[in-house]
Amino acid sequence: MSSPAITGRFTPQPGAAPMRRMVAAQAAFESRTLLRNGEQLTLTLIIPLLLLAAFSLEPLASIGGGYTRVNFLTPGVIALAVMSTAFTSQAIATGFERRYGVLKRLGATPLSRTGLIAAKTVTVIAVELGQTAIILLVALALGWSPDATPAAIVVVPLLVLLGTAAFSGFALLLAGTLRAEATLAAANLIYVVLLGVGGVVFPLTKFPAGARPALELLPTGALSTGLRDVLANGAVFPVKDVATLAVWAVIGIALAARFFRWE
Amino acid sequence: MSNPPTVTVPADAAFADTGPAVEISGMVKRYGTLTAVDGLSLTAERGEVTAILGPNGAGKTTTIEICEGYRAADAGTVRVLGLDPARDTAALLPRVGVMLQSGGIPPAVPAAEYLTLLSRFYAKPQDPAWLLDTVGLTGSARTQYKRLSGGQQQRLSLAAALVGRPELVFLDEPTAGMDPQARHATWDLIAAMRADGVSVILTTHFMEEAERLADHVVIIDAGRVVADDSPAALTGSAGQLRFRAEPGLDTDSLLSALPAESAAKESPAGHYLIEVPGGTVEPALLAAVTAWCAERGVLPNSLRIESRTLEDVFLELTGRELRE
Repeated sequence: MSSPAITGRFTPQPGAAPMRRMVAAQAAFESRTLLRNGEQLTLTLIIPLLLLAAFSLEPLASIGGGYTRVNFLTPGVIALAVMSTAFTSQAIATGFERRYGVLKRLGATPLSRTGLIAAKTVTVIAVELGQTAIILLVALALGWSPDATPAAIVVVPLLVLLGTAAFSGFALLLAGTLRAEATLAAANLIYVVLLGVGGVVFPLTKFPAGARPALELLPTGALSTGLRDVLANGAVFPVKDVATLAVWAVIGIALAARFFRWE
Repeated sequence: MSNPPTVTVPADAAFADTGPAVEISGMVKRYGTLTAVDGLSLTAERGEVTAILGPNGAGKTTTIEICEGYRAADAGTVRVLGLDPARDTAALLPRVGVMLQSGGIPPAVPAAEYLTLLSRFYAKPQDPAWLLDTVGLTGSARTQYKRLSGGQQQRLSLAAALVGRPELVFLDEPTAGMDPQARHATWDLIAAMRADGVSVILTTHFMEEAERLADHVVIIDAGRVVADDSPAALTGSAGQLRFRAEPGLDTDSLLSALPAESAAKESPAGHYLIEVPGGTVEPALLAAVTAWCAERGVLPNSLRIESRTLEDVFLELTGRELRE
């Protein structure tokens, strides 16, 4: 440590920054941290893009339903990207933040818990916008031609927001109750299972008729089915999927609010 | 001891810019069957350095974390800058700087980036680059937290507590893991803060740190205050005379030459200690000791007259058995 004349530099001048500036600073910090993390980037971007490209270019799965491969896959891969960012990535990051005492230390700053949740929400939505833009560009290059009504401009963001709320609620429920390692394992396991049975690359129509209604009620199933209805079937408003995601969002956020522990 | 009743403070006392930095009265905190804090009361004045000492498990960190608003006391009242930390958190946090005992900083984040983030939470923060330089981390500005040495991690954590120009800082074992250079520089920093009017509450296991820095020392054990005074008052007046000489001198004959209330012992071999419990070493005692030595042709080396150290007081009050 240097020892210049430091007296006179510590005169108290306390005060919190405006809430907007605190949230913006925390969100920028979290986004940078996420983009620097190779594993997180693989999860949120590389895997969805690889699946989109591979399953579009080669008939790796029988899709049926009269879709072209890329038209079937694009909505499913967007659903996967939302799940990877809002659920898996957020659960793992928050679990380790809790374990390292990062959340505890932030609790001693003027950034309130509401402010922290707002910053995490901003981060997740910013990352999703980036993911979706890249996925749509790649899809267009692969020949994607959506069959959608103008209502899709509103309904697609609505589905994505409801899905994000639902996934975030469960991400925070895992991260705020389990040990960091258990959160890591559970979040990855759930990701892989929902990737398989969530209508992302394998159509739900190919599952046994008895299982299908249940799979459509899973958050990933509802999000991929809803997005596909709007973007590939020209549906205006997939009522059932919107309602399903809204219920998951309410349950997830209520459970997280009830059981999340900061330390 | 029975637990004191919960005391409520009138609403008009909830906000005040004068008065103590921290005022705790009859605080109790239980974790299950364990009573971590057992009716603790203390007052830390504004603009002073208050050191909280105690063996491991004495309740130091629990006490500080209640003041920081991390947990609520089960009974008693706590006022920090006149506010209730459990209830007035939003008003209190911008005014307080916190250094946790360990961790709290994301491992993969570079030092400067973390400090810059925290600086954005405050209206008039310190310049992060200046602060980083002041704690000697300019050369490690782009080093990830996990790659800093233990002492460097402590210094970053200290800087984080100061970045918001707080009027009160809580430092939980600030110099643990620091090398002597960093420890002395941290002491300079704390002295500068005190000179600038910042109130400082620190916990430490280094008695020298408390003796040098603190205006006020509170020793706690088993969740209660066992001593509360200035370091000078706690260590008392000069009551010890020490010297070194050849081992095996007859301390009984030495004792018979001294005033009645004195005590003399040799421990370890060749190190002699003469104590005047509760009293002062008078010139006559010194003359008696040197005369006794001269009769035996013994030269007392390293002869010192001193007060007890804070460590002596601490061990006397908290005992010598090892804690968890």
